[in-house]
Amino acid sequence: MGYFVQQLINGVTLGSIYGLIAIGYTMVFGIIGMVNFAHGDVFMASAFIALIAFLILTSWLGIGSIALALFIVLIVAMLFTSLINWAIERIAYRPLRGSFRLAPLISAIGMSIFLSNFVQVTQGPRNKSIPPMVQGEFVLSKSHGFPVTLSYKQLVIWGVTAVLLLAFWYLVAKTRLGRAQRACEQDQKMAALVGVDVDRTISMTFVIAAALAAVAGTMYLMYYGVVDFADGFVPGVKAFTAAVLGGIGSLPGAVVGGILIGLIETLWSAYFSIDYKDVAAFSVLAITLIFLPQGLFGRPDVEKV
Amino acid sequence: MEAAPEARRIDVAGALRDAGVTGLIAFGLFLPLIGFETVTNIRDELILTTRWPLLLALLVVIAGGRFAYSVAVAPWLARRAERPKPATSAWQRHIRQWLVPFAIGFVVVYPIGVIAIVGFGGALRWVDNFGIQILIYVMLGWGLNIVVGLAGLLDLGYVAFYAVGAYSYALLAKNFGLSFWILLPLAGILSSFWGILLGFPVLRLRGDYLAIVTLAFGEIIRLILINWVALTNGYAGIIGIPRPTFFGIPFTADDNGFAAVFGLQFSPVYRVIFLYYVILALALLTCFVTMRLRRLPIGRAWEALREDQIACRSLGINTTNTKLTAFAMGAMFAGFAGSFFAARQAFISPESFTFIESATVLSIVVLGGMGSQIGVAIAAVAMIGGTEILRQLNFLKEIFGQTFDPTQYRMLLFGLAMVLIMIWRPRGLISTRDPSVYLKERKTIGADLVAEGRG
Repeated sequence: MGYFVQQLINGVTLGSIYGLIAIGYTMVFGIIGMVNFAHGDVFMASAFIALIAFLILTSWLGIGSIALALFIVLIVAMLFTSLINWAIERIAYRPLRGSFRLAPLISAIGMSIFLSNFVQVTQGPRNKSIPPMVQGEFVLSKSHGFPVTLSYKQLVIWGVTAVLLLAFWYLVAKTRLGRAQRACEQDQKMAALVGVDVDRTISMTFVIAAALAAVAGTMYLMYYGVVDFADGFVPGVKAFTAAVLGGIGSLPGAVVGGILIGLIETLWSAYFSIDYKDVAAFSVLAITLIFLPQGLFGRPDVEKV
Repeated sequence: MEAAPEARRIDVAGALRDAGVTGLIAFGLFLPLIGFETVTNIRDELILTTRWPLLLALLVVIAGGRFAYSVAVAPWLARRAERPKPATSAWQRHIRQWLVPFAIGFVVVYPIGVIAIVGFGGALRWVDNFGIQILIYVMLGWGLNIVVGLAGLLDLGYVAFYAVGAYSYALLAKNFGLSFWILLPLAGILSSFWGILLGFPVLRLRGDYLAIVTLAFGEIIRLILINWVALTNGYAGIIGIPRPTFFGIPFTADDNGFAAVFGLQFSPVYRVIFLYYVILALALLTCFVTMRLRRLPIGRAWEALREDQIACRSLGINTTNTKLTAFAMGAMFAGFAGSFFAARQAFISPESFTFIESATVLSIVVLGGMGSQIGVAIAAVAMIGGTEILRQLNFLKEIFGQTFDPTQYRMLLFGLAMVLIMIWRPRGLISTRDPSVYLKERKTIGADLVAEGRG
């Protein structure tokens, strides 16, 4: 029992990270109908930016307070990653809007290859590890021989994810930008006719998606303490799986899907085979798309002639 | 013409402002990842070093480039756009007419020409690295073209079938001692079987979803190859795969070898040349079969499916069977190419079958212009030949110092090329395609008139 609860805690933590990335996929798919293949690599780049910011703060500026350092790292990573994703949208996707349907996907695949290799060339192929940022844990129960622990870094991840999701929900549900976004999702031409700046709204969508990916990247770096240039692909596909599982286009779906994928992955590793944990996640993707293509919270896609 | 002399005047102040803004954005983009480098020091700690000169140089180049664009290139493009487009001249038509026979003639005499120019010693590299390498990708491109170009099904896991072919050959040849020529068709059959197996559940999906599921299948197959160590030897791969023989005569240095039997001096070049003609024949077979299939009812059904799935179904075409045959045909050619690859390398490991390979083949098909056979071939030559040339650019070391390694930039440039070509010519470099079926006379339709990939 203790073992199971521990796996649940680990799974929800991993799932929060996937959920944050999944929101980026789901938002971009919702508004321009493309799978932003480079999103996983944007997440990886953000982890590198967080790493560099962390090193500047601790070894150059000598900031002792970890909480303050983490907060600044988060802000810096969000800013720079947003800029990167904004530029990607301007350069690689906007000229292809209205082109044939596969063009943006191919361009996104190219961008994904470019980003991961750019990081490899500029930062080197070896993985980068840092000493643990946040140490310590709560021991929840010691009964039944297996201690159940909740580490502080897991708590930080839960807390940051929850706060950001609330802020994000407010942004989409209550602000002018959120309204414009939902209008563009429904009908871009009509939204333009009633005075919504479609280009700006799409740009802002990419910026928000990148900011959330940067949060995920910072949390990932803090949780694992190691990152390398190829770390974007597999988390990217898993987060996409989460978005599909939750129903692509649905924001609560992305979060629920992310947590489900995190749980499936950790429970699979714990009870079956750690070697095949990625196979489990990829199989979930295939099975969902085949049997439940609209996902848990999505609307069915009506085919119009 | 004298309508707008004002507009003609170059706006230097505006160009400077643009260049400044571009430089500022580039500064923000590159500051973290180029301005700083994370290095592991002797005590195994991660430390930061700075690269301000490099960052500065890059920003100057970017801002300067932007300035040059607004001052010189943009006005030039505008002037060019005003000029009427010249009609297709006679020599352009001649090129179109003679390109294919010339290209086939060139690839047939290529190894002989290489030996004549650089001799036996240097020929190995040219025939192997350029000839065989490019032809494998040409073949894969043509195979994938059936799935993507003709049937309009976006397949991101094509490399899975290539892997199935390679591992089929490697395992059956090593464990049962079967020859290359028996296993070649067998590998193709096994691959197409896997094509049907994987194709069956995903038939209901369309477009991007299909792409992602095929990607997942490709990754699953690779992960199984890595983890099923008892069968595949995992990451270490399979070594000592038997090489193909020349009708039973091996290419070895001993008395029964090819060179001894034909009374020649032993040289590894003979085997390479033999392999070159094998892959050339296989590639041409792929092309020929595809061209013939396009004229059969099944090929027409593929193209109809690509254009409009609903219309296709309402005309009584069985879309399930049509899609499955496309998957199976494409997978079969990948299986041929895979078994050839295993025989040529004599070593395979899961490293050769990553997603990057699928993306490479897909980009070849897309850049060449989906459905165009010659376009795919040209794209393969440009992409694979280009990256191979990058491997050979040792003189760059003289300029940038000994630590500079041009091969590092291979995939970087590759990704950039995919993006840029999509922006420049989204329909591919060769963006016209002859219809297989036509009324009264054959017309070349611009690909922009064809709605592709809606299946």
